[in-house]
Formats: sequence, structure tokens, C-alpha cells
Amino acid sequence: MALTGLDIFKLTPKTNCKDCGFPTCLAFSMKVAAGGAEISKCPHMSAEALDKLSEATAPPMKTVKIGKGETEYALGGETVLYRHEKTFVNRNRFAVSFKDSMTAEEIAAKLDNMKMVDYVRIGEAMKVEIAALQYTGNKDAYIALIKQVKESGLKVVYMLVCQDAAVLQDALALVKDENPIVYGATKDNYEAMVNLVKADKLPLGLKAANLEELYNLVEKVQGLDYKELLLGTEADNIKDAVQSTLQIRKIALKEQDRKFGYPSVVFANELAKGDKYLEISLASLLTIKYGSIIVLEDIDYARALPLFALRQNVYTDPQRPMRVEPKLYPLNGADENSPVLVTVDFALTYFIVAGEIERSKVPVWLAIPDAGGYSVLTAWAAGKFGGSSISSFIKESGAEKMTNNRKLIIPGKVAVLKGDIEDNLPGWEIMIGPDEAMHLPQFLKKLK
Amino acid sequence: MAFKMSVQGFKGKIGEVTIGTGYKAITLGGQNAVAFFEAEGEGANLPKVGLEILDIYPEEWIPSLQEIYKDVAQDPAQWAKFVEEKFNPDFICLRFMGADPNGLNKPVEECAQIAKAVAEAISLPLVIAGTNNHEKDAKLFEKVAAAVDGHNCLFLAATEDNYKAVGAAAGLAYQHKVGAESSVDINLAKQLNVLLGQLGVKNEDVVMNIGCAAAGYGFEYLVSTMDRIRLAALGQNDKTLQMPVITPVAFETWGVKESIAELEDAPEWGAREDRGIAMEVSTAASIITVGSDAVILRHPKSLETLRTFIGALV
Repeated sequence: MALTGLDIFKLTPKTNCKDCGFPTCLAFSMKVAAGGAEISKCPHMSAEALDKLSEATAPPMKTVKIGKGETEYALGGETVLYRHEKTFVNRNRFAVSFKDSMTAEEIAAKLDNMKMVDYVRIGEAMKVEIAALQYTGNKDAYIALIKQVKESGLKVVYMLVCQDAAVLQDALALVKDENPIVYGATKDNYEAMVNLVKADKLPLGLKAANLEELYNLVEKVQGLDYKELLLGTEADNIKDAVQSTLQIRKIALKEQDRKFGYPSVVFANELAKGDKYLEISLASLLTIKYGSIIVLEDIDYARALPLFALRQNVYTDPQRPMRVEPKLYPLNGADENSPVLVTVDFALTYFIVAGEIERSKVPVWLAIPDAGGYSVLTAWAAGKFGGSSISSFIKESGAEKMTNNRKLIIPGKVAVLKGDIEDNLPGWEIMIGPDEAMHLPQFLKKLK
Repeated sequence: MAFKMSVQGFKGKIGEVTIGTGYKAITLGGQNAVAFFEAEGEGANLPKVGLEILDIYPEEWIPSLQEIYKDVAQDPAQWAKFVEEKFNPDFICLRFMGADPNGLNKPVEECAQIAKAVAEAISLPLVIAGTNNHEKDAKLFEKVAAAVDGHNCLFLAATEDNYKAVGAAAGLAYQHKVGAESSVDINLAKQLNVLLGQLGVKNEDVVMNIGCAAAGYGFEYLVSTMDRIRLAALGQNDKTLQMPVITPVAFETWGVKESIAELEDAPEWGAREDRGIAMEVSTAASIITVGSDAVILRHPKSLETLRTFIGALV
């Protein structure tokens, strides 16, 4: 349970030595209680007090690392149920399902899809991060599957979905160094499974028939002093799987019960039973409500475009607007004859404006200066989107070399900037665009 | 600690609003949880799924949809009847694209006749969506509300600019249901509900449209606005936010790049129809996840998917 600043203060040396960086022990204690400082900042705590405190002040949900090197991802570590209360921190990760019963060609086809769906959206890599390798009973085929994935050169986290410790032993010999997920500890095999992963501290996935059994299983595994855990919410039906996923997060964060303070794993593919659009719907729900690893049957752009974009949205810090990189974007095959249109770097504005330009099919250079990530009027009011900043961006971005067209279209809402920009950019014709992006296609078509 | 389910006891409850008449009438809302599928909730009517039709031929829709509707889409009443018989959604949304002053700018009298014909051709509840030109919508809804008198339709929507005209015609004179449209902002949503109340429109005659965005297009604002509205309505028992919510998903998702890019422009993206349905179901499932009580969809496959999705959650 949470400690108050005074509870913590009682355990400090009360010397006000300032070694922690705070003026007094009490000030430091209050900060720790509010989650603003780590208790380990105080070098004079007794080991016993430190133990007691780090347990009590630890976040309610553990952060579990999966994968290694460039494929390392953090899961969990969330502190709120609703993103506006603070922010969601570690985005969910998507997995594609493979089985040892698949042919080498089927496996290769899915690997190719994973390679194909790999792109950048607003500065973030969009791809499937995990290969869920499901063991269905053929050990040789399972080992061959792992080898095939490994030899494909695809950078992924391995998730070994298997309950047989002997099979896992051989499987781990191939991928142990990649910090793979071992998924499949149950009430019957958990001791063997913990033994298997303990030395390398691999993330271990637990599964049980229902939530209460899962709770008891976590208790047993914690009893073996193992805490690198993921919680599988397996169920025969969508309702139970979704309820389990919701409850695990609520019990951890709202009830402050650390037994369920771990990331979850949901096999959306099994629940959707081959219905791709149902799988997308379910994965969307789980992206918003508390899935940590979401397993899909396969990946293609139809799945990826909404799911990855939704995830990017939901995991945005509500205090910091999403921004696109300031630069000159060629749209609809813009060339040396195309006009330039300028707007702000707030991601929402960019997408709406770029979308309307694309709809018009008129080639345009879209100029995005650094406007602080605000909307047009806000950026203008804040002095971040004005005549001089637009003019210097046009000069510095090399727009004059990219196009011989000297038309520059500015947002209708900042029509007042026209004169200022004209003074700064001799030779350019400054045109006032529409107030609303939805009227851009009409405007651009007339321009031609 | 022993295992115990986490149950939030909310004191507030979302109101119930009925649209349509007869045995096919639908009721939205009723739950005392953030979304209908949360364990602590009870009394929820399942989210309703409607299909969109237009007052004009759907020139901009994808070819496969035009193919389905090619024999009926010249006549909105026939189109509506066809949708009811073939797909049987929970409701039909008739959207007056043709009345838009930036488009065909059809006179409101003509629109009123279309609305009347559609309402009489079907027994499903009818949602009437305007042009989004607030001035035109005020005139349009006034005529349409009179023409569909007795059919208990929902009008999308009254906004800050035209709520007096729309509220008076649809809500007061003809006792239809009034959609209150705000743009992804809890304060605007609340203000508009209060203003409609002051006008005399009863809370149980109002459904909110708090705005819509396609997944990836600032959808986080929608999630947080919806979360905050529901937490205020349920947790603080704020009566001015306890109206059910309808979301016109199709109006947004079929206009974004992911749905409109042609195959030749983005070959690796695959078929346009596949992407369009995926955007539509993802966005609709997401907004239902955070509590929306009704969604308007375009593709029959999306309707089928969302029905399965909603049914599987309870």
C-alpha cells in the first residue's frame, strides 16, 4: 500500500544532509511519496529501510523488457486507467502467429508479410515486433520453425508459446541470447518453467483456465521469487478474454494489487477464429483497453494502417501534441512546376491538409516549418507561425531550388501574414488559401 | 490478498433515448458503466449499428458498393427499402449530401419529400444527417422534421450555430430526437446540452455526437473526450452529460488516405475495399470500446463485423 511522506520520513536519517539534492529529509520524503523521486537517491538509508521502501514505493505495474538490442521493447509500467489522467507509457506490441504445423512455404509467406509491412509514420517505426511461435506437438518441426524465422534475417522478438520444458530447452538453445518470451507456465509446470528462465531472467508468460486460477498461479511463481512475468488472458470466448484483460489492469491499478501488476498477452487471432475484420476490431479494443501483447493471425497493410495508427494516437502524451518533422513534403508527385502550400507541424493539421491535397490529386509541395506543434491559429498567436518564420523556412528548406513555381499558398486563417511574407520573399506570389482544409481540393483545382 | 474482482460502483447512469416507432424502434444508453461490456455495468442497451444511404447517387463510394446499390441508389426510398430487406441494420442514416450549398444545393422542399418517402418505405428507425452547413441544415431540418412527423427520427445535428432552429423544429414542434454536435470538447458538449435544455428540449430527447475522427487522425482526443464525458456523467452524476452518444464513423473513415488511395498509387497497400473496411471496423470498434452507443457505417461487411463484435462481448 502507498506510504505517506511522513511514513517515509520516519525511515530517513533525518540529518538534512542534502546529499539527495533536496533541502531537507522531509522535502525529499514528500517528493518520494508523490512519485517524483527515487528512494535510492538517499545514500544514507539503511538496507532494511531501503528494502521496505522500494517495495512500498514501487510502481503498481511492473515494466517488463522483452527482446534485446534493436528489438528490445518495454511493456507495462502503466500507472493510470484513462490516458487523460496522465499518459499511457509503454505501447502495446503486436505479434504474428506461427505454428510448427505450418509448411515452410506458409511460414515464409508470413515472414515476407512482416518484412513488407515496415514503415514510418510521424517519426515512429510501424511494424510487427514479435513472432509468436506456437508449439502444437511436433518438436522437430518446431525447432525448424525457429531456425527458419532466425535465418530469415527478420528483426523480431521471439515468443516461444509452449508448455513442454524439454522442448523449450532445445528451443532456447537457439534464441536464448535474444531475451525471448517463454510463454506457457501453468499450475502444473510452473516450477520447471521458472527453472528454465531464471538464470537468464527471461520474461515468462503464465496462463490459467480463469482469472482466479491465474491469480493463484502468480502467487506461486512470486513465491519462487520470480517476477519477470506476463499474464495470458486465454479464454474460449471473446467476452471472457476481454473481461480478464480489463480486470487484470483494474485490479493492478485501481485496487493496487501487485499480483496482477504485469503486462498481458491476448491471442486475438484465436478469438477471431479466422475472421480478419473481427480480429482488427478486437485488436482495436485491446489497444485502447489494456492489451500489452496482441497476437494477430498475419499482417498486411489493411490490418496495419488502422491498428498501428490507433496505437500511435492512444500512446501519445496528452500534454504534448504530436508533431511531424518540419520539412518540404512532395505530394501527388510534386515537381519543378508545382506550387508551395504552407501549414503547421501539428500532426493533426498535417494529416488533414495532406489528405485533402491528396484528394485533389494536384501536385503540391507541402511546406511544414517548426511551429511548436500547435494548430494554425494557436501557433500564430504564440508567435511560432509568422511572416518571418515562414519566409525563412521557405529560403532554408531549398524550396526555390525544388520548384520554379513561385506561388506560395498560406492558410486562410492567417491571411493577415500576406504582406509580411511578400516583403520577406521578393519574387513570390503569396496566395491566401481557404479557411478550412476541406475546401482545398476545389481551391487547388481552380489554381491550375 | 485474496482474489477479488475490481468493481467500480458508479452512482450516475446514462439516460435512455428511443428512436423510431413500432417493433423495430431502438433504445440507446441505459448503462451505469463506461462501456456496455464492463463487468460493473448493468441496464445497458447494446450499441446500435446503422448503415448510411444518401439522397443522391453515391458517386464517390467505392465501385463494389456502387455495384451493390446500382439498381436502387437512384431512388433513396428504394435504396432504404433494399438496405432494410437485405442487411437489416438497427437503423438507417439518410444523409443529405445533395443539399450541400457547395454541391448540388438541392432545395429543402425536395429534400423533405425524399425524407418522407424514405421514412414511409421502411419500418427501421431513421436518422437524418444534414450537410454540415449549419445555415442550410437549420432550414433543411425544419422542413424535413415536418415531413417525417410521427416517425420519431433523430436529427444530426444541432450545433452551437443553429441549435435554436434545429431544436425548435425537430425537438419541440414535431417531437423527434435531437442530435447535439460538438467537436471533441467536453465543455462544448456540456454547453450545448444545457442550451438545448434551456430551449425546452428534454434531456431524454437528446443524443450527443461529440465528434468523430478516423483511427490515426487525432483519435486520442476522441478517446479522452469520451472518457471524461462518461466519468463525469457516471462518477459525478452530471445530468447534463448523461445523454447517449452516436458516432458517424463512416463520414470520416471513408475520406482518409488509407481508404481512398487507389491500388496503383500504393500497390503494397492492397485492395482499396479491404483497407476501407479495416479502417471502418477499427474506428467503430474503438469508439464503441470507449462507450459510444451507436455507430453509422457504410459497408455491409463492417455492419456484419460490428454486430459479431458487439454480440461476442456480452
